[in-house]
Amino acid sequence: MAGSTHASPIVEPGKPAPSVERAYSPRREAWRRFRRHRLAVASSIILAIMIIGIALGPIIWPVPINDIDFSATLQGPSLAHPLGTDDLGQDLLARMLYGGRISLAVGLAAMAVAVFVGVLVGAIAGMSRGWVDAFLMWLTDLFLSLPTLPLLLLIIYLFRDRLTATFGPEGGVFILVVAVIGGLRWMPVARLVRAQFLSLREKEFVEAARALGASPTRQVVRHILPNALGPVIVAGTIDVAAAIIAESTLSFLGLGFPPDIPTWGRLLFDAKDHLDIAPHWALFPGAAIFLAVLTINFIGDGLRDALDPRRVL
Amino acid sequence: MADYLLRRLLIAIPSLLGISAVLYTVLALAPGDPFQELATNPNVPPEVQEALRRKFGLDDPVYVRYVRWLTAMLQGDWGYSFVSRVDVDTLILQRLPTTLIVIGSSQILALLIALPVGIYAATRPYSIFDQIANTLAFVGFSLPTFFTGLLLILVFSIWLDWLPFVYRADIAATGWQFYWEHIKQSIMPVTVLGLFQGASLVRYVRSAVLDVIRLDYVTTARSKGLEERVVILKHVVRNALIPVVTLIALQMPAVFGGAIVTEQIFRVPGIGSLLISSMLANDTPVIMAVTFVFACLVVLFNLIADILYGWLDPRISYC
Repeated sequence: MAGSTHASPIVEPGKPAPSVERAYSPRREAWRRFRRHRLAVASSIILAIMIIGIALGPIIWPVPINDIDFSATLQGPSLAHPLGTDDLGQDLLARMLYGGRISLAVGLAAMAVAVFVGVLVGAIAGMSRGWVDAFLMWLTDLFLSLPTLPLLLLIIYLFRDRLTATFGPEGGVFILVVAVIGGLRWMPVARLVRAQFLSLREKEFVEAARALGASPTRQVVRHILPNALGPVIVAGTIDVAAAIIAESTLSFLGLGFPPDIPTWGRLLFDAKDHLDIAPHWALFPGAAIFLAVLTINFIGDGLRDALDPRRVL
Repeated sequence: MADYLLRRLLIAIPSLLGISAVLYTVLALAPGDPFQELATNPNVPPEVQEALRRKFGLDDPVYVRYVRWLTAMLQGDWGYSFVSRVDVDTLILQRLPTTLIVIGSSQILALLIALPVGIYAATRPYSIFDQIANTLAFVGFSLPTFFTGLLLILVFSIWLDWLPFVYRADIAATGWQFYWEHIKQSIMPVTVLGLFQGASLVRYVRSAVLDVIRLDYVTTARSKGLEERVVILKHVVRNALIPVVTLIALQMPAVFGGAIVTEQIFRVPGIGSLLISSMLANDTPVIMAVTFVFACLVVLFNLIADILYGWLDPRISYC
């Protein structure tokens, strides 16, 4: 291509390197590039504040989440209840701080499942040629054309009772939601990893390792995987956001967590029938989901610039 | 061309079979049994239960049951809704057009937003417009559809009272009034879905155009003295949009997910809200059938995209 316009403004072709030539470590170089994505830096700060708030929530705001008070139902924000109350007079700030933990935990755990399965499938496909590779890629394409949300709903509908009976209402739904969301989102990671493996496998340094007698496992773990990690980290970050949306969607449809576990989506589900008299009830959890997803997406974009500057799109 | 079509069709069949196998495996692994209630009912003697189980072949091995289920689906025997006492296929056929209309119009809206914005942003990369469009695109696809839906209801139905927030299939009006009411009640569901789709498409369109805009043949077109408008619209966009077709098809599963949520919020009588209401009512035959229909629609749209791609891009050989 004769082009010189890159999708990312961080890349500056033709500009000479800074005159003070210092040996930057790759990590420091990545941090320097990340810092130049201003929205990503701002997002990191906002997300960090949210996470600290959620983690320390009960210490900062020691109000029980299920404290029913019929003298204060559906109240707007006030000093006693900074984010108002719901139809049972429960304090929304306390509920949101508690629910945020679950929403974020689901997001992180589902991302871990998706990345683990994706790296495993992609690595096996990338290292083995022939029918294993072909079969795994066919499987990946098949999963990519599955309608995710209907299938998610179907699995949860069919398995929820069994799992809640075994692990309790909270644990059962958590395991189910994490496994299913993660199990339906590994495909992009698998494709990325396979593509990286296909090119890295033929690079000179891997060939050198092979010539020195490194076993295939050592080649993968020590030489190929660390170099393929950049795009995986970016995809994993965006997966957290997608998993948070997926969990909130399930809860919003009334098919996720039970009512006594106020995840952000569940709060919206409960609030939607009181939209006319208590809009704050829906607005705060909705804004929390939006803010979490937006900041994570921006951080993913910044990480892409930092870790993978040549990538277009 | 006919050969290419046939080959694409033949590729679609194994993926449909694969999807149906995944669905059936999920169902077969699930705990619970259609005869559970009979088994706990003391009035039904064990011999009768045994006979019923044998009659419906419930004790056969899984693959026999799968083949039987698949042939029944292929023959159009989709079963019977436990709740509404109607054949599942009539129920779905009643509601499918609404879903397709809502999804179709929201896709058109998404393209109407994404194409001009993405192309304009790509012709002026890193300008103020590009940066604003990029940030807004991020905001657009970070806003979950259920939250946008509630926000629109809050603003346009409750505060301003301009639009109805419940979609009614039976409007008692005729002529222009009828169409006007229909358009009015479709505005919000279509906007919610269209904005969400449009936001992710903007970035695809922008990067696809950026890929093409600095190619040599575009420079040639410019140096021939062609107007910038003509260069962009006739030379750049036509080639840049080819990959966008595939990206739209890849987005289809997400679109259907969004459609389910939107139909549920606005109570649009489509197959998405049918799915949710059957889940809340434990109506397994309907749930299986609707999920399968969604899967078929995804495969169908992928097929259409493949065919369009082959038709738009002469570099793809048909052999």
